[in-house]
Amino acid sequence: MKRKLITFAVITICFLLQSTIMKKISIGNICPNLLLIVTASFGFMRGTKSGMYVGLTCGLFIDLFWGGILGFHMLLFVMIGYFNGSFQRLFFDEDIKLPIGLIAISELSYGFSVYFFSYMLQGDFSFGTHLFQVIIPELVYTILVTLVLYQIILHINKKLETEEQRSASKFV
Amino acid sequence: MKIKNQPRIPGRYVLIILTLLCLLLLGIERFTDTGGPLRIIANYTVVPMQKGISYVGMWISDMSDNFETMKEMRKKNAKLQSKVDALTIDNTRLRQEQYELERLRELYKLDENYSDYEKVGAHVIANNGSNWFSDFTIDKGTNDGIKVNCNVMAGSGLVGIVTEAAPDYARVRSVIDDASNVSGMILSTSDTCMVRGDLSLMSDGRLRFEKLANNDNKVEVGEQVVTSHISNRFVQGLFIGYVSEIEVDSNNLTRSGYITPAVDFSKLQEVLVITKTKDDMVGGK
Repeated sequence: MKRKLITFAVITICFLLQSTIMKKISIGNICPNLLLIVTASFGFMRGTKSGMYVGLTCGLFIDLFWGGILGFHMLLFVMIGYFNGSFQRLFFDEDIKLPIGLIAISELSYGFSVYFFSYMLQGDFSFGTHLFQVIIPELVYTILVTLVLYQIILHINKKLETEEQRSASKFV
Repeated sequence: MKIKNQPRIPGRYVLIILTLLCLLLLGIERFTDTGGPLRIIANYTVVPMQKGISYVGMWISDMSDNFETMKEMRKKNAKLQSKVDALTIDNTRLRQEQYELERLRELYKLDENYSDYEKVGAHVIANNGSNWFSDFTIDKGTNDGIKVNCNVMAGSGLVGIVTEAAPDYARVRSVIDDASNVSGMILSTSDTCMVRGDLSLMSDGRLRFEKLANNDNKVEVGEQVVTSHISNRFVQGLFIGYVSEIEVDSNNLTRSGYITPAVDFSKLQEVLVITKTKDDMVGGK
């Protein structure tokens, strides 16, 4: 229960930050995708299911407040959560290369799918401009922010895990 | 060590269930309008938090403004003073013309005056967090008379249009958004054109205009563009911006180019919402 509440709080805080403060400190009108970092990190730290539930919540927030149709970002983020969750076995706390790689892949595929579904299907084929104006800058900025945000999420997760282990051993 | 007394569903089944759920939602959205009850919940949960954060942000930026040096202030003051002088001269001239206009209007019995629309002020409390769309949330909604399709201005220029209105918040799509199309008009020649937002121009805050008839009317850089009389969503005569580039299209029939908007979209804090929509004005007659 406590884990669920804290996870939800992390999602809410990241959502609020992204829509208010991040726009103020954005570089060239591009801001990092905090919710994607959260979804991906919970995915590879806790497994496919957690990743999907976190992704579903993040997607719901995005669709309600930023997107057009309910369900589109939910679907994308569920997929991202599942994809990252399947790498849980390869994940070690100390190694930062895997998280960064996974988040980069998720960010790229997120960018491509948004372009494909929201722009290309409407007849906008200028892929190059979208790639260099939005997808690549967002990727770089998100990875920069990952270096900080990931450490915070990792720390929270570690704390929760030790607490859960302690309470589990108490009852046995 | 945990006792597993409940059957565990494997991850891929959860994935399939959630995917179906999302697809179902997408399908429902296709036939109904918007996610009704969820938005009402959001109105009382998330939006107050956004308001809180943006008010703190405004307070901080106000504080940092206070630390501007005296020298800068003096310089600015002198600049503003000269501007006030220039504007005063302008104003007297315009007022004279206004009297003349009123007189002529009376002569023509034109009782409509497009310049005075009823407006409501609102704060911008949140932006769109994704980089693909350009819209923002304001802290007033249907309780203050804002409804969908209300036009939104900042200062003297057009900002956008309300796309969603909840009791205490509303979402505004700015004119620089890729999905935005505004029917515009060159002020001096009354030729109409389409003003389109473009994602690739979003970062430098410019707009593109198209389909301006290539006729004898000469349109030069720096001319004003306003919303046209034929638009069915935007009320007439709202200032969009200045023409910054113009060229004749290869078909030789139309002209297109770029507009520098009157509003700085990266620094929006307060906006004015016109509470009457074009539908109200047209339908009322």
